[in-house]
Amino acid sequence: MTTIRIDHTSRWFGNVVAVNDITMTIGPGVTGLLGPNGAGKSTLINMMGGFLAPSTGTVTLDEKPIWRNEQIYRQIGIVPEREAMYDFLTGREFVVANAELHGLGKKAAQEALATVEMEYAQDRKISTYSKGMRQRVKMASALVHQPDVLLLDEPFNGMDPRQRMHLMELLRRMGDAGRTVLFSSHILEEVEQLASHIEVIVAGRHAASGDFRRIRRLMTDRPHRYLVRSSDDRALAAALIADPSTAGIEVDLTEGALLVQAVDFGRFTELLPQVARDRGIRLLTVSPSDESLESVFSYLVAA
Amino acid sequence: MYDPTVARLTYRALLGRRRALILFTLPALLIVIAVAVRMFSGADDQVASDVLGGFALATMVPLIGVIAGTGAIGPEIDDGSVVYLLAKPLKRPTIIVTKLTVAIAVTMAFSAVPTFIAGIILNGNGQQVAIAYTIAALVGSIAYAALFLLLGTVSKHAVVFGLVYALVWESLFGSLVSGARTLSVQQWSLAVAEKVAGGELVSSDVGLPLAVVLLVGVTVLATWYAGQKLRTLTLAGEE
Repeated sequence: MTTIRIDHTSRWFGNVVAVNDITMTIGPGVTGLLGPNGAGKSTLINMMGGFLAPSTGTVTLDEKPIWRNEQIYRQIGIVPEREAMYDFLTGREFVVANAELHGLGKKAAQEALATVEMEYAQDRKISTYSKGMRQRVKMASALVHQPDVLLLDEPFNGMDPRQRMHLMELLRRMGDAGRTVLFSSHILEEVEQLASHIEVIVAGRHAASGDFRRIRRLMTDRPHRYLVRSSDDRALAAALIADPSTAGIEVDLTEGALLVQAVDFGRFTELLPQVARDRGIRLLTVSPSDESLESVFSYLVAA
Repeated sequence: MYDPTVARLTYRALLGRRRALILFTLPALLIVIAVAVRMFSGADDQVASDVLGGFALATMVPLIGVIAGTGAIGPEIDDGSVVYLLAKPLKRPTIIVTKLTVAIAVTMAFSAVPTFIAGIILNGNGQQVAIAYTIAALVGSIAYAALFLLLGTVSKHAVVFGLVYALVWESLFGSLVSGARTLSVQQWSLAVAEKVAGGELVSSDVGLPLAVVLLVGVTVLATWYAGQKLRTLTLAGEE
């Protein structure tokens, strides 16, 4: 059992509080660290990776402090978000160097390259790699010593769907094997596909924690606002408000549209086309007006 | 205290990038100057000493020191790739000492060797001038590399600060304010050269014992402090 424990940890940069009194435990399996850009995910991962001192609180791995403890890296593998990685080396040279720095040899490096399926391009200079290839070589360098803990900062950025699936499969396998895998993302679908456990960070605060289904429900059950245009707005409004899935409707005269507030997302999405068809009303526009991730997250914070 | 992998990465970074061009250009320039001077004014001990003291030791050695010292670690910290060294069970002082060793070796190779060749061209090592300045360059290389490696560890603008120290402090202030000369790696190295040459040609404003103490002190302190800074190096995220 390898567990990262973050205990009442804050981190500020001057007047800016990046991480605000967060307490969480990351255990074996795959955990997704979800939050909008700028929420403090990287700051938190940097503290877990020992590259940033907490301003207050502690970050430990199995009760051992991570900050200023280089021996901890025998247990931790890190895939940073930044691209820079000794571009003048070939992929193989880079992974071999990483293996050597762990006191391992070429064999470990070769195994890691095979795990990420980068053997075919291992003798090319890293400077010629695509973003996805770089990501996989970074991954190989982090896996070379078979760490108990793997920390990945936005690992799917810039990957094509096939590479994404491959990396997800790899992380899933590691999680199933009992390793502690933590990755950050600002994309809900990514996290949902991969992580059994989710930690949500919004504006430096710990907004939610737990099973993704529960969080998903929280996210989908919140009141949704839609902008609807139709061939007969008032008739549609009357029919919609009769159903309990709709909490309120405003007729926006300047926009020439209805602003609908739905409380039961699933039911409303089925109701709307049905009602329109039954009444012979044509739907011209149906667009969610608050679908941005930030609004989803701020709802979570309030929940 | 020395890691061959760190050393290999550092050598390749130093000699593979554009900065390597400057590493080759300055010594080439010194050799060209030496050949030209020898052709036009013949073998003259005073002229040889002026060229080696004025260009090789006063300008070339510190500039090579800036390039090698800051270049051994600065770019890695700037672009964040140093994370691959730091995320290893590797003592931070080991990283610094290894990088310092590489920086010293590169500075020596690109400054002391050409200084010696230029000295031989200029006057065939008459009055030990070539040897004296070569030793000064060797000694200076160590202190410059340590100083500029520290700069590269603590500042994003290490090259600028390094150039300001090498060109403005040592050359300009050194020639205007005599006190500044006491705090100058160049003068400390010259003190060692003076001892080697023995004659009137090479002279320093700093006595040899003080010079040695300062050379050793600065090198050790700078290396120790760079190791401490690396232990607490903060890699801020993209946010």
